[in-house]
Amino acid sequence: LPAQLLGPRSLLPSQAKPNPSSSSADPPKPAPRICCRRCVRLGFAPPVKMLSRISRLGVHALSRARLGQKSVTSRNQEEPIRACMNYVGNRSLCSATEAKVNDRSEQPKAKISVTFVDKDGDETVINVPIGMSMLEAAHENDIELEGACEGSLACSTCHVIVTDVDYYNKLEDPEDEENDMLDLAFGLTETSRLGCQVIASPELDGIRLALPAATRNFAVDGHVPKPH
Amino acid sequence: MGRRLLLPHTRRLMLFLRPMRYSASATATATAGSLRDPLHVCVVGSGPAGFYTAEKMLKGREGVRVDIIDRLPTPFGLVRSGVAPDHPETKIVVNQFSRVAANPRCSFFGNVTLGSDLSLSELRKTYDVVVLAYGAESDRSFGIPGEDLRGIHSAREFVWWYNGHPDMCNLAPDLTNTDSAVVLGQGNVALDVARILLRCTTELASTDIADYALDALRSSTIRRKVYLVGRRGPVQAACTAKELREILGLKNVNVYIKEADLATSPADKEEMRNSRIKRRVYELLSKAATVHQENNDNDRKELHFVFFRKPTKFLPSEDGSTVGAMELEKTLLKDDGATGKQVAVGTGEFEELKCGIVLKSIGYKSLPIEGLSFDKYRGVVPNLRGRVLSSESETATVEPGLYVVGWLKRGPTGIVATNLHCAEETVDSILEDDRKGLFTDPSGPKRQGRRGLLEILEQKNARYVPFDGWEKIDTKEKADGELKNKPREKITRWNELLEAAREG
Repeated sequence: LPAQLLGPRSLLPSQAKPNPSSSSADPPKPAPRICCRRCVRLGFAPPVKMLSRISRLGVHALSRARLGQKSVTSRNQEEPIRACMNYVGNRSLCSATEAKVNDRSEQPKAKISVTFVDKDGDETVINVPIGMSMLEAAHENDIELEGACEGSLACSTCHVIVTDVDYYNKLEDPEDEENDMLDLAFGLTETSRLGCQVIASPELDGIRLALPAATRNFAVDGHVPKPH
Repeated sequence: MGRRLLLPHTRRLMLFLRPMRYSASATATATAGSLRDPLHVCVVGSGPAGFYTAEKMLKGREGVRVDIIDRLPTPFGLVRSGVAPDHPETKIVVNQFSRVAANPRCSFFGNVTLGSDLSLSELRKTYDVVVLAYGAESDRSFGIPGEDLRGIHSAREFVWWYNGHPDMCNLAPDLTNTDSAVVLGQGNVALDVARILLRCTTELASTDIADYALDALRSSTIRRKVYLVGRRGPVQAACTAKELREILGLKNVNVYIKEADLATSPADKEEMRNSRIKRRVYELLSKAATVHQENNDNDRKELHFVFFRKPTKFLPSEDGSTVGAMELEKTLLKDDGATGKQVAVGTGEFEELKCGIVLKSIGYKSLPIEGLSFDKYRGVVPNLRGRVLSSESETATVEPGLYVVGWLKRGPTGIVATNLHCAEETVDSILEDDRKGLFTDPSGPKRQGRRGLLEILEQKNARYVPFDGWEKIDTKEKADGELKNKPREKITRWNELLEAAREG
């Protein structure tokens, strides 16, 4: 592993603390949070103006039209499936098992196991449905991954480090737009990606993603001023 | 509780009853909040630095009450008044900031100015913790002759103008006296300004650009030729790949870059080896220099990248009323032994560049305030990881309860996200000081926080704008914008903003 990936604590798998809920029958239901347009759609909208919701959807339509992102579109296609799985209850214990679903026209998606390592070295293992971005998965599981531009490739706050170079190589190369944002990412490494652009797929099962450590690069000495 | 009764306090109560989780431990926070002593925090400035600080303070300790004050009636700082109209995705972060403002333990007070409505010492007596996040509202200048000629503006003023900032709505830059505009500087702000000048007005018409700016740009002649002038070379250009890519790809614009300027020295190569950003910027500029330019008919505009030139004086136009040209000195790069950086030095060769408008984009600068230490050279408040120091000397002491974050702390560089990490550092310092008991002084008077602020504002008869006042402005702007196929039609005058905040 490149030296910069070994932070204050070792990132070895043996220190993994499995998410207690992953051993139970049902997946953790995300607590109602007003965190994203999905929550708004599921009715968790705070009694703040409707127009802000519309404008948010409008901005997404605008950014989709402008950037032609595949990732945003695929996330939207997964929404009804995810909502359906939460409703019916997912009995899978591991990534390979498919959920039993009643009469649905679409094939239910399998889940993969993803481990998030926070800046203090603490690990959380979550199950992510195929097709969901790591940013959305993090938010659904209360992992503190920022997403200032909500997946529009206009910021670098969802920056994650793929700790295992083999998994990094399985990912599609980043497009120019993602590379442009990664240029500005805090604590950039050789295996850094934007969490909103890493989409769960079967070959990524077991992937470990580390959040950049604040102490690592914010030192006054040797600090390189970032452009704006 | 009927939804029809949406008075501000009722709405706040309803929000409070819904569990709003900001972190995994927030449920514990919500129930145990009353057990800890309240910590009254005031954040001065509601841009990204201020809001990220407020968010992290609320997450960082139970019992925190944060009040964010801003001199404008509208929050969000440069996200509203700095980010270019054709970059709407960069503004999405206001959704996150709005959620912070909606937290019942957080309140926004717009139209409250530190220095006139209340002093720093009054604020420090009212709050346990004061965090200054008011950014940089002034500009670096060249200090060369002719700099005060009409037609020379700082990029900050020009950007505030097209973004409808109420302080600049009357700037009225003259965009019709010649066909050339010169932008001094090659950072992202310089590129923003050049891009807004060059972009088709039909494309700008569906953005949130101020209506008067759109009108002025539509009728301008000055947009034919735009020069981006830098005193150093392509390797030292401060812009980044995304913005460069965007401007190089603008419709109907021919880009001119001299191949000779692209020659690199060993020192340049070393700089590029150490910086991914510089490597990618240099690649983009190299590719653009080799692209065959299409015939220059009347429809096409010109963007000229001028390297290794620094301005030495501004010259008036023939009738003497505005700037008509500038004198530029050719430069060479030399290694600065002290900093290890390459600096530009004059060669004694001069040339003249005609122009009708000059936009200086060489950096913002913070403003000092009464009762606050200030490093005039660096233009920042002396601090140690966000803790304000009494001066920039080595014998300085820490000012208790006073902190700084954002551009006021680091200088005017970085992107929105840079403030995330800056806020983390400052909040870590605050929480550390809190754990050490630095904010509990049993002998002193108990600080009143929000109640104290409201008393002061009442005494001064200062009418503040609460967050739902901003929401009324927001709703009106969006409704007006819909009529013109824009995301919003900004309200650009002080009195109209304050009126809209009170309606309904």
